[in-house]
Amino acid sequence: MNIDNVMKLEFLSKSQNESFARSVVAAFIAQLDPTIDELADVKTAVSEAVTNAIIHGYENKLGTVEIVARIMSRTVEIEITDSGKGIENIEVARQPLYTSKPELERSGMGFTVMESFMDEVEVSSVPYQGTTIKMRKTFKKL
Amino acid sequence: MNVTFESIGNKLVIRINGDIDHHTCEAIRQRIDNEISKKNPKGIIFDMENVGFMDSSGIGVIIGRFKQISEKGGATSMINVKPQIRRVYEICGLQKIIGVYDSLERAVNGMA
Ligand SMILES: Nc1ncnc2c1ncn2[C@@H]1O[C@H](COP(=O)(O)OP(=O)(O)OP(=O)(O)O)[C@@H](O)[C@H]1O
Ligand SMILES: [Mg+2]
Repeated sequence: MNIDNVMKLEFLSKSQNESFARSVVAAFIAQLDPTIDELADVKTAVSEAVTNAIIHGYENKLGTVEIVARIMSRTVEIEITDSGKGIENIEVARQPLYTSKPELERSGMGFTVMESFMDEVEVSSVPYQGTTIKMRKTFKKL
Repeated sequence: MNVTFESIGNKLVIRINGDIDHHTCEAIRQRIDNEISKKNPKGIIFDMENVGFMDSSGIGVIIGRFKQISEKGGATSMINVKPQIRRVYEICGLQKIIGVYDSLERAVNGMA
């Protein structure tokens, strides 16, 4: 598919950047005139992935989180990358209710939310190198 | 973000103002736990009217308070739930433990 538009965003892994990150992605994809629900779905999925990068990837140490968003016709592709601790077992991590941080009252539902709100979610991760979440969603025809 | 409270009988209404994400959830949690330990309510009602966005961080806050209140035999419910929050709530299976009501009166009286 041809890429119609691209944006790249890089920010420090501070929790106050979570709302900034999801709002920037929402503003970028607004050019496709998604429905309110479609826009909310993408915002929520981005929030989950960025939060995971900050709390699990960097465990609240400072690093950078990178977001690349591409528009291809009515499809958005969003990649969220951290250079944090990585995920040892991706299959286990993706299971509903699995969390490595129950003491923080995490519910283990972040990946399930991403999978439900986006059409596709790919996880690639290398321990001690980092994690990339690639998600796609195709919006309804106008 | 801010949180205000109203006691109706032995129920505590919790009004959250702003987004509930990882950045805000710790302060929200502290405010609520503080009030719960002061008032020792029999049930809690989350009024979501002024919450524009919530992700799984909010689910953690709600389930955590639900556990505290249900240990003492009380119920947790929600009102004014917008579509984005409703979807997160459903995907996370909260409908099994937390009722959503269409008015404050119904929530206070526990009517469906
Ligand atoms: N970027 C990441 N780097 C390292 N580990 C991660 C990353 N993202 C997710 N994980 C691991 O995958 C697990 C599951 O993630 P998920 O988002 O589903 O749940 P959670 O973050 O623990 O809880 P919740 O999202 O409900 O608050 C995490 O507990 C963590 O162990
Ligand atoms: Mg998560």
